[in-house]
Amino acid sequence: MATKDRERSDVTTRKGLITGINAINGPVVKGSGMAEANVMELVYVSDERLAGEIINIDGDIATIQVYEDTTGLGPGVPIYRTGRPLSVELGPGLIGNVLDGIARPLNLIREKQGVFIGRGVQAETIDRSKKWTFAPQVKVGDAVVPGQVLGTIPETPILEHRIVVPQGVSGKISSIVPEGEYTVTEHVAEIETENGSETVTMLKEWPVRRTHPLQKRMKPSVPLITGQRVIDALFPLAKGGAAAIPGGFGAGKTVLQHQLASWSDADVIIYIGCGERGNEMTDVLNEFPKLKDPRSGRPLMERTILIANTSNMPVTARESSIYTGVTIGEYFRDMGYHVALMADSTSRWAEAVREIAGRLEEMPVEEGFPAYLPARLAEFYERAGYGEVGPERYGSITIIGAVSPPGGDFTEPVTQNTKRFIRTFWALDKRLAFARHFPAISWIDTYSEYIDEMAKWWKEEKKVDWRSLRQRMLSVLSRENELQKIVQIIGPDALPSDQRLILHVASLIKEGFLQQNAMDDIDRYSTPEKEFRMLDLIAKYEDRAEKLVQGGLPIYRIQEMKVNIKLLTMKQEVADDKLEELDAIEQEMNQEFDELEKSLVTSDEKKG
Amino acid sequence: MNGRRIHLGVARVSGPLVFVKGTENVSYGEIAEVVTSFGEVRRGRVLIIDGDTVAIQVFEGTSDFSSADTKVRFSGHSLTVKVSEEMLGRVFDGTGRPLDGAPPPISGEERDINGAAINPVSRVYPKNFIQTGISAIDGMNTLIRGQKVPIFSSSGLPHNRLAAQIVRQATIPGEESEFVIVFVAMGVKHDDAAYFEETFRESGALENVVMFLNLADDPSIERTITPRVALTVAEYLAFDRDKHVLVVMTDMTNYCEALREVATARGDVPTRKGYPGYLYSDLASLYERTGRVIGSEGSITQIPIVSMPNNDITHPVPDLTGYITEGQIVLDPKLHRQGIYPPIAVLPSLSRLMKDGIGEGFTREDHPNVANQLYGSYARVQQIRNIASIIGEEELSEVDKKYLKFGDFFEKHFLNQGDENRTIDETLDLGWKALELLPVEELSRLKKAQIEKYYKKGANDATP
Ligand SMILES: Nc1ncnc2c1ncn2[C@@H]1O[C@H](COP(=O)(O)OP(=O)(O)O)[C@@H](O)[C@H]1O
Ligand SMILES: [Mg+2]
Repeated sequence: MATKDRERSDVTTRKGLITGINAINGPVVKGSGMAEANVMELVYVSDERLAGEIINIDGDIATIQVYEDTTGLGPGVPIYRTGRPLSVELGPGLIGNVLDGIARPLNLIREKQGVFIGRGVQAETIDRSKKWTFAPQVKVGDAVVPGQVLGTIPETPILEHRIVVPQGVSGKISSIVPEGEYTVTEHVAEIETENGSETVTMLKEWPVRRTHPLQKRMKPSVPLITGQRVIDALFPLAKGGAAAIPGGFGAGKTVLQHQLASWSDADVIIYIGCGERGNEMTDVLNEFPKLKDPRSGRPLMERTILIANTSNMPVTARESSIYTGVTIGEYFRDMGYHVALMADSTSRWAEAVREIAGRLEEMPVEEGFPAYLPARLAEFYERAGYGEVGPERYGSITIIGAVSPPGGDFTEPVTQNTKRFIRTFWALDKRLAFARHFPAISWIDTYSEYIDEMAKWWKEEKKVDWRSLRQRMLSVLSRENELQKIVQIIGPDALPSDQRLILHVASLIKEGFLQQNAMDDIDRYSTPEKEFRMLDLIAKYEDRAEKLVQGGLPIYRIQEMKVNIKLLTMKQEVADDKLEELDAIEQEMNQEFDELEKSLVTSDEKKG
Repeated sequence: MNGRRIHLGVARVSGPLVFVKGTENVSYGEIAEVVTSFGEVRRGRVLIIDGDTVAIQVFEGTSDFSSADTKVRFSGHSLTVKVSEEMLGRVFDGTGRPLDGAPPPISGEERDINGAAINPVSRVYPKNFIQTGISAIDGMNTLIRGQKVPIFSSSGLPHNRLAAQIVRQATIPGEESEFVIVFVAMGVKHDDAAYFEETFRESGALENVVMFLNLADDPSIERTITPRVALTVAEYLAFDRDKHVLVVMTDMTNYCEALREVATARGDVPTRKGYPGYLYSDLASLYERTGRVIGSEGSITQIPIVSMPNNDITHPVPDLTGYITEGQIVLDPKLHRQGIYPPIAVLPSLSRLMKDGIGEGFTREDHPNVANQLYGSYARVQQIRNIASIIGEEELSEVDKKYLKFGDFFEKHFLNQGDENRTIDETLDLGWKALELLPVEELSRLKKAQIEKYYKKGANDATP
């Protein structure tokens, strides 16, 4: 249906062309005679058909942001209206694709234009000629409700594409095709509704700026397991939640986003490279087909969609890339999937918003940002959520936005306003990054507001007391932070033994647990079981060491224990499928403690 | 567009901009020639079109424009440069006109200086290790062919010497291919430009160098196009002629100031320190013209020099640069005062591409871990030095004292190397020598097998 519509609208818009450009300022052009047009309407500028969107109408003058370079345009150049909002095409074939900010497949652009991206390429997101195997899940006469699965398509070996009954539609199936090969534009089902019949194809088209709400929003209560120890153990994120990663350049935002995209237990990953480096997208494109999803053993690319507007691509398409991404996310969520969306970096998106606002001569309020920056951020992060998408079926979108504060200063507007709309804040600390303590997530400035829900999940699903173990680790770290201030004045040796033990245990936690090397084949991902065992081991170590130190054992005997280096390196030496090696370390640890205990008792006896 | 259109009289002059009214058929970005009442011709570019009013950014300044007598000629095309291999060995001004007395290159293709974005799916991820012979770089901030890495510096520091040394010494171990140099000067002193020219001559590489010079007393607005002209030539040499191109651009801060001047005249909303909000995208449109692409054997490696006003790394120019480039080499005045050359502050320095270009099959299998351990241990040295400055060195624990020894050795022998040109093996061995000053229990970032192979216990007991 979409193809026909498009052809029709092309014809009418050519006829409906009223006038052309009369002003140009960078990516923003103005056209007159547009009184009938709508804000958010898609237009094509010039006979090169550069995509643009109406962002303001004043009298009969429309202001248009053009998604491509405007060099060479001039007064009188025609503008073609379409009567449709800026939309993204949805259907099988999205997975594994790399799209630009307005959802054009970059591989198609390359086929047409070569190494560099030229102007005015028309490239459909969804291939019209490719045939997909559609397997119906309903019969003629079945009553269906919104979100119900009509049929499935094996899009990749790990992702079943589901064609569901559209929101707001319910009725009886009046026709459904038998299992077979179909193109995306062929009718696969027809639903008889109270308001007439509704035909269904595999191809959909959704406006990108409008939220496609969940049928029923629910409280996020299941963690997104990331395999990143500092996150899963200390500062978790829930499926359907929202998180921000602020950090100056080099603090580790991108590597962390790549790690989350690689190892999170989501069904679909949408990775938006928003105003960042070209080579970082190439890196993902090279690595993801090679990396294996730890759950299915299949290449990660089979569940991933990339959206790339690199820093040298048009800034207007940077603004739209975020909406394109989250709309695709909502589409897969409505199939009943858990989607994780990474945006690197939301600051570049905010700057794109700022730049357009500046060209519109809107009043800047703070650092040049327009007054509606918080509203725009809220709209985006509120598209995260967990809930019901159909009868007995649940889906979610988790949003993780990187933030790039100028000068690494978190008091700037984008970081501050983002904080209002997210619930997990992974603050990256430059000093940790300088020491190559990665991920450089500061345990002092970071927080997660999902602790209660996650504790419940760990208790019910994994039967472990995650909350108290977490609390215990955090308290060691925060006491260490206080003690370090004293150490700066008097040196560590002047502290009493029990306090020096805290420094020692804190360094085991930091180096042995929190630091996680994304380049190490074993270290880069830890199962929850391994994470939990590691923490448990460190806790047991502390218990026994504490007793001995209280009993008078000099602290250096603890600091010189042979098992220390094993605890520091178990993260990279013990693979997930060889956890029994941790038992061996525990045994060794206990033996060493037993010996220390004995020596303490004998020296006590001597004294007594 | 239809040929050359002449327009008489300008409506208004504002900084580097002239406004012309009553124009027709002007296109965005097109080149215009402004002819003063004395007949002098200056070039500019259309920056805003509003109805029949056009604003032109004039590269060579707008002094002595008169509103009635000044003529404007619209060229009908955007700014281009003629690219050819003939340009090697030549010197041009900031807009690509010969400065060396010889005629302009005859052959060649006209290319738009703005270029176009490389499609991310057309890129080849850079992986080839460049040996610069400098330990702080090769060992800990490895340069990769096709990478963009700026030198962050400030006045009085030897950034030119370092850049020249890199140009002189850069090789790909085991490969014959040589680098071709594109040198871009933006608002630099005559002395500095002469220093580079001298360096290129001494190393006998002059016929492999193209120079674009916009010096300190050249028109400042011209600087906004100089790097674009140069990078257009670099792209041609790399992607059409399969050469490995090393681009040295200095000084990016001057470039940004010129950009700010235009932005202010145009009335753009100022953000930090008066720079326009699009400074990030503008810089990216230069820095991203780096790398390797499918279908070409060549590459572009960029080494921009960024001087940090007040040695402040949070200043918008170094800050936004660091957000775009693939790492940075930071120079440190304190090390410089101690006579250490090169005075590279390794902790804030970074090479984002080294992860895939070092280690087994690239440099040496212990390289990633040695680098990581040097970082960790040297960061610890900084903390201990802070404590020592308060409580005194004597009060430190034995282990902490060893860290101070390690720190001193690291700075005096690993960092400090003068004009010595080290192989990667020499660099890594020196790294181990430094690490041997620490007890083996402190080396948790090294693998057991690596320690067994390389760490000589007590080897350094006799070292100063
Ligand atoms: N988890 C990690 N493990 C190992 N190295 C890391 C990790 N995170 C960051 N790094 C290092 O830090 C560098 C910068 O990280 P990156 O994520 O690109 O920073 P940002 O996006 O904040 O500028 C990387 O190139 C890598 O060398
Ligand atoms: Mg990044």
